[in-house]
Amino acid sequence: METLERIIAEHPFFTGLDHDFIALMVGCASNVHFKAGTYILKEGDPANTFYLIRGGRVAVEVVAPQHKPIIVSTLSVGEILGWSWLLPPFQWKFHARAAEDTRAIALDGKCLRTKCEENHDLGYEILKRFAQIMEQRLEATRLQLLDVYVVRR
Amino acid sequence: MTITTTTEPMVSQPYRVRAVSKETPDTFTLSLTPNAGSNGTTFQPGQFSMLWVFGVGELPISISGQPWQRDRLMYTVRSVGQATHALVSQTVGSGIGVRGPFGAGWPIEAVRGHDVIVVAGGIGLAPLRPAIYHILRNRKQYGRLVVLYGSRSPRDLLYRKELASWVRQPDTQVLVTVDYGGLSWRGHVGVVTTLFKYARLQPARSVAMVCGPEIMMRFVTRELEIHGLKREDIYLSMERNMRCAVGFCGHCQYGPYFICKDGPVFPYENIRTQLEKYEL
Repeated sequence: METLERIIAEHPFFTGLDHDFIALMVGCASNVHFKAGTYILKEGDPANTFYLIRGGRVAVEVVAPQHKPIIVSTLSVGEILGWSWLLPPFQWKFHARAAEDTRAIALDGKCLRTKCEENHDLGYEILKRFAQIMEQRLEATRLQLLDVYVVRR
Repeated sequence: MTITTTTEPMVSQPYRVRAVSKETPDTFTLSLTPNAGSNGTTFQPGQFSMLWVFGVGELPISISGQPWQRDRLMYTVRSVGQATHALVSQTVGSGIGVRGPFGAGWPIEAVRGHDVIVVAGGIGLAPLRPAIYHILRNRKQYGRLVVLYGSRSPRDLLYRKELASWVRQPDTQVLVTVDYGGLSWRGHVGVVTTLFKYARLQPARSVAMVCGPEIMMRFVTRELEIHGLKREDIYLSMERNMRCAVGFCGHCQYGPYFICKDGPVFPYENIRTQLEKYEL
């Protein structure tokens, strides 16, 4: 049977992370499952969790007045959902919905923030990983904003 | 790479519209057949023809059909202006003048034995489709085929049925994404570069063929390099306003090259510095 510790260690987001740090995080982790169509998080709600996706697909949606929900990205196995737990005011900026039945490890953000404050080496490792994800998503968003497939005359 | 032209490159051959199929709200595929008495032509995947719409003008259009079919040439055309609108408005039986095929295509023979990564954006899938057809027809001569295709929205996706059928081919991975999705879209959402993390790549034995808007190709080449592909194993298809199609008129000059004659497919290494210049 897979332990939480092993699942976290094998998730690509935590590749290469020291075993002691993973052992520290296990106390903040739990297995979760979302049925297709369920909202995992909603804009404006307190952001106290992030998710390591293990299976399925999550749609990140923007709420735009006079529009149906617009999906701006999808996240799948091996990716992470949510970084608003890391930065004040700790509120979600988007909706996220399980587009398919989705399995994930939920990490309690409050619990992890406390551990990161107590152990700055852990905090630095976590921040480095999130910074890389933020950089990748920022670049993808820039390309998305360029709307490259529109014909300009 | 060889340049293949008709014996009289400036003389159009008479073809007739055999079928017109709607791919998306503004994009159509025309199937042309040569008039009686002509043997038709084969082409190299990635080459283009000059299509003459009588009374309107002549347009450079990539060939998007099966390269081995002499009796049929297919062109996928997005209606964006007067000439392309006239072209896609042709009805079955209408006459079209065809010059070509012209230019350097994908290095499809040279890359036998390699994995092939096809990265397409929007209508950029059209010039790549003949290469995919060729690889699937000669499946054992190539390694893994990975197709990464991005489009603006689900309704802008080309060749949906074929994409679905390519997924079922052996040792073939097809990943499709859209920049923006609605609730009815079940697939991936994100720009085409976000697909790389799901692709099963073996960079040391792979060659990449890329076609799409030039901004997209810049981002894609960077991603390919990050994933370990060497510059000399990346090929891009460029698009400019070709007129003569044989390197005489200079309309499609691109730095030291004429796209009609030296391209449209180039090794990335040859045009990398041009791609980094503003407004070129």
